[in-house]
Amino acid sequence: MSEKLLDLKNITLSYDGEKILDRINLYVRDKEFITLLGPSGCGKTTTLRIIGGFAFPDEGDVFFEGKRINDLPAYKRPINTVFQRYALFPHLNVYDNVAFGLKVKKLDKKEIDKRVRQMLVLVNLKGFEKRRVSKLSGGQQQRVAIARALVNHPKILLLDEPLGALDLKLRKEMQLELKNIQQQLGITFIYVTHDQEEALTMSDTIVVMKDGEIQQIGTPQDVYNEPKNAFVADFIGESNIFDATMICDGRVEINGVEFDCVDNGFGKDSSVDVVIRPEDIDILPAGASDLTGTVKSVIFKGVHYEITVVCNGLEWLIQTTRSAEEGSEVSLSFTPDNVHVMKRIFEGFSSKIKGRVTAENEVSFLGVTFTREGLSLPEDTEVLLTIPPKSIEVVSEDHSDLIVYLESMVYKGAYNEMIVWAKDEEEEYRSLLVHSMNDEQIATDIGIKFRFDDIMIAPAELPGQKGAEREE
Amino acid sequence: MKNKLPAFPYIVWMVAFIVVPLFLVVYFAFTSEEGGFTLDNLVKISQYTPIFVKSINLAIIATLICFVLAYPIAYILSRSTERYQRTMILLVMLPMWMNFLLRTYGWMTLLENEGLINKFLGLLHIGPFQMINTAGAVVLGMVYNYLPFMILPLYSVMAKIDQSMIEAAQDLGCNAVKVIIKVLMPLSLPGIITGVTMVFVPSVSTFVISRMLGGGQNMLIGDLIEQQFIGSTYNPYVGSAMSLILMVIMLVIMGIMSSFDDDEMEGLVI
Repeated sequence: MSEKLLDLKNITLSYDGEKILDRINLYVRDKEFITLLGPSGCGKTTTLRIIGGFAFPDEGDVFFEGKRINDLPAYKRPINTVFQRYALFPHLNVYDNVAFGLKVKKLDKKEIDKRVRQMLVLVNLKGFEKRRVSKLSGGQQQRVAIARALVNHPKILLLDEPLGALDLKLRKEMQLELKNIQQQLGITFIYVTHDQEEALTMSDTIVVMKDGEIQQIGTPQDVYNEPKNAFVADFIGESNIFDATMICDGRVEINGVEFDCVDNGFGKDSSVDVVIRPEDIDILPAGASDLTGTVKSVIFKGVHYEITVVCNGLEWLIQTTRSAEEGSEVSLSFTPDNVHVMKRIFEGFSSKIKGRVTAENEVSFLGVTFTREGLSLPEDTEVLLTIPPKSIEVVSEDHSDLIVYLESMVYKGAYNEMIVWAKDEEEEYRSLLVHSMNDEQIATDIGIKFRFDDIMIAPAELPGQKGAEREE
Repeated sequence: MKNKLPAFPYIVWMVAFIVVPLFLVVYFAFTSEEGGFTLDNLVKISQYTPIFVKSINLAIIATLICFVLAYPIAYILSRSTERYQRTMILLVMLPMWMNFLLRTYGWMTLLENEGLINKFLGLLHIGPFQMINTAGAVVLGMVYNYLPFMILPLYSVMAKIDQSMIEAAQDLGCNAVKVIIKVLMPLSLPGIITGVTMVFVPSVSTFVISRMLGGGQNMLIGDLIEQQFIGSTYNPYVGSAMSLILMVIMLVIMGIMSSFDDDEMEGLVI
């Protein structure tokens, strides 16, 4: 592929004091189909708006063909957009909607007519020229929106969740059609979606985003097979994600059982996340491998069965063409190259938070105060608290010790691992690790309650210990 | 709902106070003082043609000024935060809560030869200017009194225009001027028509504003009609004929206006 067509450098954008985008670095090659993928609120649409010229970054630069275009207004950019809800002009018919951009550019009438008719053929809307756009179905409106943008021969086409409003079958058809159009015309597509399957089907490159930061950039195969962290693994497809410890290079321990793997370089005894895709696990008769457990549920999915097996205290999700009896004993098998070791988003397995002794036998942290009998530390001593994730309980906000922001949630085989943010006295966000059986909505506020007896207290000056801060 | 009973009170009202009086106006317009049928009343009106022309001219000027003032502010309002919108709409409507006569009296004291504006200009050794009793003062009075009726319908239509329409136009190569001409104007046409109607109709038939701010030289149709009924030249037959003509003129103008607003617009609400 050729050189960079579009280059975003260190794009940062805040709105109402909240960071929407945090140092986004991304380049796009000519003729590439690139997808920005992430949950709502991850900043993918904002990134698209910055490229289109509808939003302007606080910091950072946008380069197009090597030229800085930060201040170039939308109407001067050789970029067109297919808007989320199409944004067709209700006062114009199909033909005039498609011809709009060319008429604005005052092209020759015959040329306009030729291009509009060609484009309507391309999007399968021949014969609809005189129709009013409000009388079209969702799929047809979608095609008009695509034609209206493409007829201008843009260098880049931006698509903001264009298939979101369509039903499943139509969506699948349009996915293939869009990919065809892109290859036929050789135009760079930048596509925004929260649908991982859509991203995997259409893209040359996927950019996984979360909380205004890029998590991973790669081909669909890379992102699926080698997810960079638990968030990416969880977001792209179904997966078994477990807490694990790296024994040494090529050897990892999951909940007391050791496995071979092909990853290395994480450091001896380091805490990691492991992902094993459900289709990579095979079911064998009990005793055929070290990993034996009980079948908890079997669901027939058409092509395969989805089987949940409880082994060494964890739930394993398996997709296989072989069925198994519910309640029976089976063994699981997978090869070392199917065990993907990932760096943990949250360093370690427990939260470490700074606190302060506020009175005799009284410790305060993050605005929460508790007593600990027999604490023999003088008043005003800085202490380091180690809070095990199991000592934090998710409760309703009015019964909570602290209200926190749920930043991420990943199922780890036996519990949901949550990373929550709480503000400390200096208004800085500190992250806490929580294990809970509850399912909560991410990017919302939840209440948490501590079991104070399980918190370990140590004077802060101990060497080698580090407060758990959000990874930048 | 087939049940039309709840509409009954209004139908009675309408017949008693709208349909019957309308017939009376038409009847009187074609009736001579002796009680027979005549076209004299309509013929007599032709001598007042300059007053009709002047009324329509001033009303058109006032409507245009209102539109030019209201359109940008209505757009800005429709794009701002909800809180700001509510406050501004309140401020736009605030003068309407003050009595119409009082508002117009207010302008009299400002514009008089010995009024506040001339006094202030006198301090700067400019003027005095003749402001009261001019056509300009009448237009000013119309604009001042009827501007909210232009802003409100424009605002309510524009608030419904999705921001993505404007962005789509920019995306397709429209600069600010082209966005207005090619997208904003066509989409806000229903509001423009309502606003123009609501300013033009009261302006063309006013008699209070022209009486108070225009003096004797700036007589309008409204004043003329009033004179036929309670003024020195008492003649309800001619007065009715004048009302009828004014009504026909308005109907024609409104008909032309709404021909722009054909069925093309029904897709607006999506």
